Order: sequence, then C-alpha cells, then structure tokens
Amino acid sequence: MNSRFDVDALLNTLAEQLRPLVDPAATAMIGIFTGGVWVARALHHRLGLVLPLGELDISFYRDDFSRIGLHPEVRASRLPFDVEDRDILLVDDVLYTGRTVRAALNEIFDYGRPRRIRLVVLVDRCSRELPIAADFSALQLRLDSHHEIKLNGPEPLRLEVQARESGS
Amino acid sequence: MTGLRFGDGNPQYDRQGRLRHLLSIEGLREIDLLQILDTAESFLGIAQRAIKKTPTLRGRTLVNLFFENSTRTRSTFELAAKRLSADVLNIAASQSSATKGESLLDTVDNLMAMQVDGFIVRHPEAGAAHLLARHLGDRALVVNAGDGQHAHPTQALLDVFTIRRLAGPVEQQVVCILGDLLHSRVARALIHALSILGCPEIRVLGPRTLVPPEFASLGVQVHHDPRDALPGASVVYALRLQRERMESHRLPSLDEFHRRFGLTPERLALAAPGALVLHPGPINRGVEIGSAVVDGPQSVILAQVEHGLAVRMAVLSLLAGVGGHED
Repeated sequence: MNSRFDVDALLNTLAEQLRPLVDPAATAMIGIFTGGVWVARALHHRLGLVLPLGELDISFYRDDFSRIGLHPEVRASRLPFDVEDRDILLVDDVLYTGRTVRAALNEIFDYGRPRRIRLVVLVDRCSRELPIAADFSALQLRLDSHHEIKLNGPEPLRLEVQARESGS
Repeated sequence: MTGLRFGDGNPQYDRQGRLRHLLSIEGLREIDLLQILDTAESFLGIAQRAIKKTPTLRGRTLVNLFFENSTRTRSTFELAAKRLSADVLNIAASQSSATKGESLLDTVDNLMAMQVDGFIVRHPEAGAAHLLARHLGDRALVVNAGDGQHAHPTQALLDVFTIRRLAGPVEQQVVCILGDLLHSRVARALIHALSILGCPEIRVLGPRTLVPPEFASLGVQVHHDPRDALPGASVVYALRLQRERMESHRLPSLDEFHRRFGLTPERLALAAPGALVLHPGPINRGVEIGSAVVDGPQSVILAQVEHGLAVRMAVLSLLAGVGGHED
C-alpha cells in the first residue's frame, strides 16, 4: 500500500499539458477499461471536451488470448463518435509493456481511420516492450518487474504500488 | 431421453472445472451461463462497426460438422467464427454414414490429424456431441449445435439473452411456450436456462398429444387452453411445428392446430400488454403463429437472429480461450 501519490494533482498536471493542444469542439477522447476510463473521465471533464467520451475494452484484441483466454468481465467497447479523420487522445492509467495500447490501436482502426492518435497516461513505467511511447504522462516511475502500480477507483482514485502476487 | 448423466462426469468441464465444451444447458453452472450472456453483450456492438471482426481467434480452425441440414444454424456459427477471425471448414456429412458412432469419430480423427481446434456439431442422434466431447477431451472444443431431440444450447442462450435484453430481468418474467413441446429440443433447453436464471413462472401450451403432462416434472405449468396459458405472460415463445417430425396421428391437421393454439393477434392480446413474441425459426406462418404477429410490433424474432450471432461469438471465444493445449 502506498498513498503518497496525489492523483488529483497528477490529473491537473496532465490536463495543463493537454489544454493548449486540444480543440474542445473537435478532439475526441477514448479511455481503456478500467483505469484508463477513470482517468479519461477526469481529463474529459477538466478539458471541457464536447464529444462524448469513448470507452474501449481490448479483451478481444489481446495478444495473450491463447495463453490466458478471455477476461472474465468483458465490457462493451463504445465509441460514440465517428472515428474517421478524427484527432483522438487515447488514455490509459499505466503504460508498461505497450501491449494494451497496441491492442487498443488495432481496435480503434476497426472503427475507422483516425487522423491522429496521441497517447496519454497517468503513469509511464518506462519499460516498454514495443515501440510505443506516451505523448503525455504525469508521472514517470521506474519499478522492477516484481512490483506493480495500480490505479484503484473510481471514487476516490488511488494510485498504489504493491509487490506482484506470485503466479500472475 | 438419452440416459446421459451429468454432474461428476459432466464432460462440459475439464478437471480444473473450466468450461471446455458446450453440450447442453443441463449441467451448465449459472456463473458460466451469465458469463456467456455478458460477453455476448460486448460482441453485439461489433456488428455495427466499419470492420465487423475481432482478431480473437486468429489462427484457429473451427469445423462446422453437420450431419443434418440447418442452413440458419450453420451460417450463424460460420459467421460468428469468421467475425472472430477463425478459419472455418464446413463439412456436410451424409446422415446415412453417421448412424454408427464409429463413423462420427473416424471423421473427427481425420480432421484432428489436420490440427483443427474445435467442432460445431449437429447430428440427428441424441448424445452425439457428448460422445465427441468425451472422445476429444482437452484436445479440441465441441459445441453442440443440435443433437436429435436432446439439446440445442446456443438457441436457448440466445433466447434468454433476448428476453433479458428486451423484456428485462428474467426473474420478473412470465414465459409461455406454445406448440410442439414433445419434439422440441429448443423448448427443453429454454426451460432449463430460464430455470437457472430464476424465471418464476414458465407455462407450456399445446394439445395433450404434443404437451404431455410429464412436462410438469420440469417445474412448468402445463396448459391445453390458450385462455388459461396466456393471461399475464410477458414473453410468448412460439415453437416451430415440426412438420417433418410430426407423426400424423398426433394432430388432426395444421389448420386445426392453428385454430386452437396458433398465436394470432387476438390470442396475443390475452397476454400482458407489450408482451414479447419469440420464435426460433424457421417460421410456419399461419400454423404456430400468424403472419400479423410475426411482422407485428411485439415480435423480436429478427432480434433473436442478431443476438444469436453475438451469443455464438461469446461461446466460441470463451471455449477457445481455455488453454487445453500443453504449453
């Protein structure tokens, strides 16, 4: 357990980084379930974006499906705007290996061809396994593979570092 | 029925208790039934996208093994598998070569030599899919797409999915199933699925020759008069009158059946206001159900078809996701 992270301040930092670079009337935002959706909701509100928030469950696109099967609770992906030619901010809570983002990009392209996608994360663990990097992050944190950082929520949002459970 | 036992020897589950095959609703745990329905909700939206496919089963090969004709079931399974990016092999085996169990297993062994990952099987004999699942164990998944008069689990799943989605919680529905209950594998599976989900009242309606009193042992009310069976029903499910299976002595005529039991607008008016009308298809218009009801505002028959695709995608992806292969 670790509660020294002020999630609210991190969200404010992210929002300030993004503010000059978004057009509230035209920029779309997509959160990745579950933590990414929480972060996206907070940013969507802070930035006053007009288009409704998109939500993505990447379970059907994971690269480890044949090893671990389907996630027990798959949510429906919902992109309530036309993806075609859209400027999109893709939001997740933690960027670690980059595999989730890879899956999310594939899924988004099944809805249409966006003009641009930028990646926004609350925490960048700086240890990616794919050539996928965050365009914006509020916190850069180097952790060894025996630890995980997890966003708990939705209310209040708490960022916690803990030792990895064995076997996972 | 078939003399098949469930429970300890339930071949649907592997030794770790994971759902490996879908053979019948009987013996299916509530938690697995709910997971299939919840996952299907997520697949429903995929049909609305520009690209109606997910990469979930990319590289897997599934075989549609049909020893009995069924264009609709075969094509929805095929489409479900293809939308999951699986490769699909369609094999229409002749009924005559399938009457011995050995020939079914021989066919399957030949296909297994080509490293296929699963079978969707329809067979005129009850228990064929169970035989196949026992034979294959963890080596490949088996989905029962209908075995004789025994089971047709994905039909029941799409039916309860439709009821849950369009009528509301199953725990609050009064469901009336009308028609040829005796020869219907759809009805048995539906009654089991509704019971698992806590449906408080299930009624069955039809002539004594097609709705025998033994049905009461399934925990349903048996009715022979629409005026008793329909009032208060929030879901009316008309079964296809199996003309091809009908022994002539069970019914004087199809017209007579329609006059006494067919779901007409007048009869539907006896049910609860806005009651949903379901039918597994193919429809005999003017026999078990009138055209005006089929095409009327309370009919959700085409929604069932749409839901069938999502439910089958859910079943295939959940079963294929259980790692049975040694890593």
